[in-house]
Amino acid sequence: MDGSGAEGELTAQETALYDRQIRVWGVDAQKRLSKSHVLVCGMNGTTIEFCKNIVLAGVGSLSLMDDHMVTEDDLNANFLIPPDESIYGGRSRAEVCCESLKDFNPMVRVSVENGDPSLIDGEFLDKFDIIVISGASLKIKLFINENCRKRSKRIAFYTIDCKDSCGEIFVDLQKHSYVQKKPGGETEQQELTYPSLQEAISVPWKNLPRKTAKLYFAMRVLENYELSEGRSPGKTTLSDIPAVLARRKDMCDKMSLNESQIPTALMEQLLAAGKKEHPPVCAILGGILGQEVIKSISCKGDPIKNFFYFDAADGKGVIEDIPPPPPPSAN
Amino acid sequence: MASAASSEEAVKAAKVLMVGAGGIGCELLKTLALSGFSDIHIIDLDTIEVSNLNRQFLFRQSHVGQSKAKVARDAVLKFRPNINITPYHANVKDSQFNVDFFKQFSVVLNGLDNLDARRHVNRLCLAAEVPLVESGTTGFLGQVTVHVKGKTECYECQPKPVPKSYPVCTITSTPSKFVHCIVWAKDLLFAKLFGDKNQDNDLNVHSKDDSSSKTDVFERNVDEGLEQYAQRVYDHVFGYNIETALSNEETWKNRRKPNPIYIRDALPEDAVQQNGRSWDHKNEEQEPSAMVFLGLRNPQEIWSLADNSRVFLEALKLFFEKREKEIGNLIFDKDDQLAVEFVAAAANIRASSFGIPVHSLFEAKGVAGNIVHAVATTNAIIAGLIVIEAIKVLKGDYQNYRMTYCLEHPARKMLLMPVEPFEPNKSCYVCSETPLVLEVNTKTSKLREVIEKVIKNKLGMNLPLVMVGATLVFEDGDGLEPDEAANYALNLEKVLAELPAPVVNGTKLTVEDFQQELKCSINIKHRDEFDEEKEPDGMVLVGWSGPVDQQVTSNGDKRSVPSSSSADDGDGTAEDISAKPGMKRKLNEILEAKENFDALKKSDVGSSSAQVVDDDDDDLVMFDEDPKQGKKKRLQ
Ligand SMILES: [Zn+2]
Repeated sequence: MDGSGAEGELTAQETALYDRQIRVWGVDAQKRLSKSHVLVCGMNGTTIEFCKNIVLAGVGSLSLMDDHMVTEDDLNANFLIPPDESIYGGRSRAEVCCESLKDFNPMVRVSVENGDPSLIDGEFLDKFDIIVISGASLKIKLFINENCRKRSKRIAFYTIDCKDSCGEIFVDLQKHSYVQKKPGGETEQQELTYPSLQEAISVPWKNLPRKTAKLYFAMRVLENYELSEGRSPGKTTLSDIPAVLARRKDMCDKMSLNESQIPTALMEQLLAAGKKEHPPVCAILGGILGQEVIKSISCKGDPIKNFFYFDAADGKGVIEDIPPPPPPSAN
Repeated sequence: MASAASSEEAVKAAKVLMVGAGGIGCELLKTLALSGFSDIHIIDLDTIEVSNLNRQFLFRQSHVGQSKAKVARDAVLKFRPNINITPYHANVKDSQFNVDFFKQFSVVLNGLDNLDARRHVNRLCLAAEVPLVESGTTGFLGQVTVHVKGKTECYECQPKPVPKSYPVCTITSTPSKFVHCIVWAKDLLFAKLFGDKNQDNDLNVHSKDDSSSKTDVFERNVDEGLEQYAQRVYDHVFGYNIETALSNEETWKNRRKPNPIYIRDALPEDAVQQNGRSWDHKNEEQEPSAMVFLGLRNPQEIWSLADNSRVFLEALKLFFEKREKEIGNLIFDKDDQLAVEFVAAAANIRASSFGIPVHSLFEAKGVAGNIVHAVATTNAIIAGLIVIEAIKVLKGDYQNYRMTYCLEHPARKMLLMPVEPFEPNKSCYVCSETPLVLEVNTKTSKLREVIEKVIKNKLGMNLPLVMVGATLVFEDGDGLEPDEAANYALNLEKVLAELPAPVVNGTKLTVEDFQQELKCSINIKHRDEFDEEKEPDGMVLVGWSGPVDQQVTSNGDKRSVPSSSSADDGDGTAEDISAKPGMKRKLNEILEAKENFDALKKSDVGSSSAQVVDDDDDDLVMFDEDPKQGKKKRLQ
């Protein structure tokens, strides 16, 4: 910790730099931000947008985990990697992104964590207040989410993924108390309890409101297919469509949902997207996630519970509150 | 969808103009470049400030003071070296950016921070028939709107709020809010002491000693010590002036009386001290600061009256010691630390005098600078939405154009809420040819007043030309012959009825701005009397749907002090959300989330009702427009 502002007041430098945002969320929130530690696993278009936002906002530290070597594909939606092989060649995504991000705000410590998300253990997680996962398989997401939940300290868990012009964010804050601003300006203490990722994807579909975002179902079909076929995320193409539609029928039958709730066109779109990310959608998702993480750290403002969807086709950014499955005795 | 080949082609072929390289602009330029746009022109007048760095991520500390447009270009070329970005470090209102200039672009994208420039760009886009995507953010709120001539409403089809102004006498004599004290400190006291001496200033209007003092009390006397001068100014404005005001008992019948404050009361111990200070010359590099000098470190802290008084005296002295050359030319700037310290301290001392709660320097700076609250995340989201909308415009996909609101509190589960655009307002003087009616006393009002108050202020023309029938009575701008210019100058001072072509009841004026290619007709209706309180301009533009003047004229003052510097370096404002007639109410009904707009309270002048269309597949928020504006039809 450098700077005298850690415990007490913000330094003059911090006040000058963060002037405009302190006017939005207040000095206390700014102090909490500067003491928070964030881990991001998987560097892509959405996560670099998120990283940019929270580095500018002034979190205490940001750690990046992504051992994959940078390839030309990574340049598409990424403004942190200069398109020059002599710079990125032979280096990991985390390293190259880290170097660029450091520049954005000298008051934030940005570093690389080497290693594989599937090997993350409990104690390692304790170093962080916020974990963001992107581009990972369902198995890894569930593994890290469960590990976060086993720790005695509260670790906020997020996943974020962009499939071309569509995107999904998942939020698990476990138990979260925060200050809610009422219409009149007065405030009220609120507490929310979140289901785990496992719970949030296990709820029988027939229990969900008819108007639940179609993307919620479509993403479940896709990740279920990828998981059982042993595909890594985004390693699908349109040629998978017959098998994926069969999977859709299976799941819909099992959970009594009309197949038309998951349009074939939407499934095709997600398959065709592969790993492609539409940059404006990355900016939107990364912006929403940035705001969510700031809300969670500052304990101010209604957080998303527990899924967020954006689809450029209709332009809506929708929150879905997906409950845990009912306890067996209730049936 | 967005990945269709036709999108890619449209993007590659597009030549886009961005206006503004600030909060939204930085995000937008980045997202455009990543999305495949390869010919981008960008105009911004501003240079980079430290307080930009928390969100304008293309800029670094080392860029402070440089052109935003140019630095933004260089930063983006680092990750997209092969695209063309043409920066202009210039004002979009400059004559080089004329209709022909605008015509070369496929779409114009605004990331502006002030109404004036937005209106100007709107007119050029209409004239050049180039689609405009408009945007603004305030804190967590934001919006993106699309304006395509003939298809959707233009930016000015609905009234827009203009910056607040306050009655002169509230500011000079009867402040009741902290903002009144700030306006007094900034627009009157600061301007009087450090600004243009020749400007009219109401600082002393209510002190009744017109008789004696030919000498300006604010002038420093020859041989007068600086400390002595500073204390004399202090005693005059916070002591003597208040006492003079108190003598006018009528004013205080129903008001709390203010307390005069003299330096001997505020600083009983060190008031006597005269020369016991010296500036630390080791810190010559540093900006002079009264706070730093006095060891006050925390701008969030509320200072005592004694501290405010010390800051006031110290700041005044520092201006004379360190920045004497600037005195006479200074204009308040929220990024000028010493000016902010002076204004905050002066406002607080005045507030103490009037029993108004005092504020920290940080808060005072926000009020004085009209600072728009701004965060990176909202700008990033809004920039993403602009690009999505721009791609639709390039593809001509007009059925899918949307206005999108970014909300702080979800409404109908939505944080990003798309709404169908409105059709053009048939009575809009900017995008339709509806004549306006001006009620004015043609026997007493001068041409100058009509040009200043109506044609420039209300209609937002930059360089207007005025014709009565076929006779040109006024023209603005360069390139006039000397005799023409002299002639027009004479006309300005004439009352309407005495112009070479007399303007009387029933006369039709044609006013035109060539740069904006905006022309409109004004039918003159003579009227003898105007209500000083309700119609302070002494003339009324009927059927006008320009900016809503939010002037508070509570105590009958003829003139008002506009709160100066309407523009901030910010990221525009999300004011549009509630600025449409009935929009605020309609949105609230739909949103059930009034708090989204608490920061944006605006007058609600409309009479439309809301309708939410809800079918099985899709929700689409729809508005029933005021019938006279034409019924909206659902596009899908
Ligand atoms: Zn219009």
